[in-house]
Amino acid sequence: MSKIENKIPQGPLAEKWSKHKSDIKVVSPANKRKLDVIVVGTGLAGASAAASLGELGYNVKAFCYQDSPRRAHSIAAQGGINAAKNYQNDNDSVFRLFHDTIKGGDYRSREANVYRLAEVSPLIIDQCVAQGVPFAREYGGTLANRSFGGVLVSRTFYARGQTGQQLLLGAYSALNRQIAKGSVKMYTRHEMLDVVVKDGKARGIVTRDMVTGDVKSHGAHAVVVATGGYGNVFFLSTNAMGCNGSAAWQCYKKGAWFGNPCFVQIHPTCIPVHGDQQSKLTLMSESLRNDGRVWVPKKKEDAEKLQKGEIGPNDIPEEDRDFYLERRYPSYGNLVPRDVASRAAKERCDAGFGVNNTGKAVYLDFKYSIERLGIDVIKARYGNLFQMYEKITDTDPYKEPMMIYPAIHYSMGGLWVDYNLMTNIPGLYAIGEANFSDHGANRLGASALMQGLADGYFVLPYTIGDYLADEIMTPKIDTDAPEFKEAEKAVTGRLEKLFNIKGTKPVDYFHKQLGHYMWDYVGMSRNAEGLQKAIDGIKKLKEEFWKDVLVPGEMNNLNPELEKAGRVADAIEMGILMAQDALDRNESCGGHFRDESATDEGEAKRDDKNYTYVSCWEHKGEDKDPVLNKEDLVFENVKLTQRSYK
Amino acid sequence: MADKILNKLYIKVWRQNSPKEKGRFETYEIEDISQGSSFLEMLDILNDKLIRDGKDPIAFDHDCREGICGMCSLYINGRAHGPDREITTCQLHMRKFNEGDTITIEPWRAGSFPVIKDLIVDRTAFEQIQHAGGFVSVNTGGIPDGNAIPIGYDDAEEAMDAASCIGCGACVATCKNSSAMLFVAAKVSQLAKLPQGKVEAKRRARNMVAKMDELGFGGCTNTGACELECPKSISISHIARLNREYLTAKFSE
Amino acid sequence: MSKGSFLSASIGRKFFMSITGLFLITFIIVHMSINLLLIFDDSGDLFNIAANFMATNPLIKVMEPVLALGFLVHIVWSVGITIQNMRARPVGYNKAIQSVNSTWASRNMFILGGLVLVFLGLHLFNFWWKIKIVGDPLLEHITVMQGGIPTEMENAYLLVSTLFKESIVYCLIYIAGGILLGLHVTHGFWSAFQTIGLNNQIWRKRFYVLANIIGWIFAIGFSVIPLYFMIKF
Repeated sequence: MSKIENKIPQGPLAEKWSKHKSDIKVVSPANKRKLDVIVVGTGLAGASAAASLGELGYNVKAFCYQDSPRRAHSIAAQGGINAAKNYQNDNDSVFRLFHDTIKGGDYRSREANVYRLAEVSPLIIDQCVAQGVPFAREYGGTLANRSFGGVLVSRTFYARGQTGQQLLLGAYSALNRQIAKGSVKMYTRHEMLDVVVKDGKARGIVTRDMVTGDVKSHGAHAVVVATGGYGNVFFLSTNAMGCNGSAAWQCYKKGAWFGNPCFVQIHPTCIPVHGDQQSKLTLMSESLRNDGRVWVPKKKEDAEKLQKGEIGPNDIPEEDRDFYLERRYPSYGNLVPRDVASRAAKERCDAGFGVNNTGKAVYLDFKYSIERLGIDVIKARYGNLFQMYEKITDTDPYKEPMMIYPAIHYSMGGLWVDYNLMTNIPGLYAIGEANFSDHGANRLGASALMQGLADGYFVLPYTIGDYLADEIMTPKIDTDAPEFKEAEKAVTGRLEKLFNIKGTKPVDYFHKQLGHYMWDYVGMSRNAEGLQKAIDGIKKLKEEFWKDVLVPGEMNNLNPELEKAGRVADAIEMGILMAQDALDRNESCGGHFRDESATDEGEAKRDDKNYTYVSCWEHKGEDKDPVLNKEDLVFENVKLTQRSYK
Repeated sequence: MADKILNKLYIKVWRQNSPKEKGRFETYEIEDISQGSSFLEMLDILNDKLIRDGKDPIAFDHDCREGICGMCSLYINGRAHGPDREITTCQLHMRKFNEGDTITIEPWRAGSFPVIKDLIVDRTAFEQIQHAGGFVSVNTGGIPDGNAIPIGYDDAEEAMDAASCIGCGACVATCKNSSAMLFVAAKVSQLAKLPQGKVEAKRRARNMVAKMDELGFGGCTNTGACELECPKSISISHIARLNREYLTAKFSE
Repeated sequence: MSKGSFLSASIGRKFFMSITGLFLITFIIVHMSINLLLIFDDSGDLFNIAANFMATNPLIKVMEPVLALGFLVHIVWSVGITIQNMRARPVGYNKAIQSVNSTWASRNMFILGGLVLVFLGLHLFNFWWKIKIVGDPLLEHITVMQGGIPTEMENAYLLVSTLFKESIVYCLIYIAGGILLGLHVTHGFWSAFQTIGLNNQIWRKRFYVLANIIGWIFAIGFSVIPLYFMIKF
């Protein structure tokens, strides 16, 4: 059995959460006033948590690096949010949502966490409606639903193609109400640069004011990290430019375990890279695959002509088009899960059938659905996405097929947390994308928003009380304590070190190099040789970075390059850990595909016998190899089966 | 198809090291920009060059680079978010420019949006307006079922139209009066259209307008420029609704 | 209602601009209708009868100070609003292309209004000052048959027609005044409805069309009079 204490309550699956809630401690209103909580990051998880904790009466300090909490990257989520409401009377249930999520995650997540997620999901919808989130409605005034990839029911709630934006603005408004009341103090344009651990407990953070450059400590009885994912390790991703895993990485370096770092999601429908000047990738909603057909040419010479720009897609006759998803997966066709669709596109492009000048793109063609449904229907469904595509690429997707290619999108891995969402450092919590907990090896569409808000509104506000109930006698945290002073010194020292290297290459150079290693060797398919190459290469890159990076500007002024330098320094180290984790996990599951673990037909092959565990990586010091702890995953309510979409 | 390359461009840009210091325009040359690049990628390349030349790169706000976070700003060639409609600066592409162009880039100009550095302005005023009432006063939990209050399709759609505001500030930047009416109207109108928000609609309209005035934004003279430069095309009919809400609130006092 | 805050609030100020603006538009409609009588009867009787009616009707007499107040509020408030709006942008743009997103009139209401005000001053000096205060030999009383009854009244027609007949410059100034007023109203009319909140997506287009029609009517209605005298005499 696992030696790891994950605090999962005993008893039947459906009763675990209720039982746990009645068992955990509660803090009285009078005592809540005396307790300080820091929330870092104000996306869906952070904003909802900060607002809810403020409402409960805690003194909350919330931090974000943007100029407003409303800018967090949760805002970019397009498609929707799942909830087991069963409004459509299509036999949806908490168990079905739980089962879909566990299966979609390729059986690499905890049953109890996922069940709780499904259980609280209906409450999220109610909460958001009450906040004034303008969800899509039927003419009768009830909430509308759409269906999403990988499931058999319609349980996705949405607000046009801007669901993430609307949910975030809902949480943001709740947060604003608390800020106005004074229960939450908001620090914008502040970046967390360290977590302070005192007597074995998280007691605060060190931040840098990104406008003035001031490095300052903030003390609290508990620290909540809600800083999102680390997709930007790959340089090119659908994440925002500022998204970074640094906060989580600082926690890791202070002893918090990092769970499943190699599990990242690659989204199949992004606009392809246009060239070396590219800074970031744009996602096209997964919903497009409902009506678009994916294809590449059958003949290599056609592909070559397309790559040279000698012919266009419409010059290729019907019989010379290879609808490879429909060919390989007749039963799911274009609607196979994200990881499968991504790998299939890569396979075709690697074989030389890519369709743009870089050879790294496939077509997503709406011609057939326009013929079938008429242009107006397609316009109503995807008008805004088509417009966005045209703005970026200057081609009209009503006339020519879209070009798409997979891109890094989401990180399922993150800080290891127990059932209470607390890391192995007491008083340090991780919620939303920043933790590893609910999506296993692959996240289902429309589940990220659900998890962020579930954690922030309905889980953390309960579970944090269990810890804080024992802290009511702890006075205000003194930020003059030596632990804080040391942390401040370390942070300033590191910034000065970065600043004083005065090398020859800008930060982005290193970030791009890192991105190449990651995408080439720790990307859509991985093997032992490549991963080792990545580890060695990135280690060398790290040395070069610390010798040759050039940070311009001033220390004590707004300095985006200095901010980036710190983040990239962390990302380099993170990249190494991701590769190490991927190397350890010699199986293919979800977004993690090892060439060594494939069926004869090239499909992913999971190895339940050897890898049914959460990898919990423990930092052992600079330049020392981390230690792998394993939390065994126990499945009592679902049967592990090999996913098949044939 | 490979994109065309712009061999040379001149970038005339506002440089200001800090809020207190005086700013000035500087012009930089930049070469070999693909027309397929975004405007911000062009600035990335310019910054890369400045850094390698030992100069301070141009500071500008940006984050999601897909037109939804509202972080990017920039007044480009005399227009908020540059010479295109229904986009943010991050969605502006270099194919909108020609060989040899001089591109003028300025920060949002408004007394309520002071410059922090170069092209970055402080939009905290928008936050303060939201704190004044941009919410429905409900706590987490204890909420009736989402379907308990039906909301008509058209009302939901109109609320969504208003709610799509990304808070970028283009309305203020483009308005000849630096008025924040469209921004305030978007929130007031969204919540006024929904039964959940209707309960405290009067209080909200009063408080948000009072805060907007206090922060030194200009008044609305209905030129309609904000609507046309708004990346999300938020209609000024929402301003009419704000006026209605505000006047009824005031007359019922 | 807390009046202080409403008077100084941005929407409050605009509310008064709108109400007074709409009130002034109704006045101008009446004024223009009477003026147009100048060109339909070269004997001047029609115009004189109407002018006499306006000068003697008690209701109109009561409205006169209200009208003056309307003008005053409209002018004073516009100054306040303009100063406030200019203060909102202490540092301007080096390059701003506004023609792509708004009409010239909408951006220049203060200038248009100011020019209309200058014109109004001249206009008041030409006629109101002479009729009401100092008098003029041209205004010598005449007798007009009104409803079969001979009625004695001032010959306002002579005063007006003489001005236009004798001076091309005045004609041009009055034509310009009419056009400026028309432009002012093309934005002012629909803007007023927007400000008092009586606008929505559907009515907006209607108000917009209506504003343009009224603006054009004012511009044409007022300029056609001096034009008539210029061409005919």
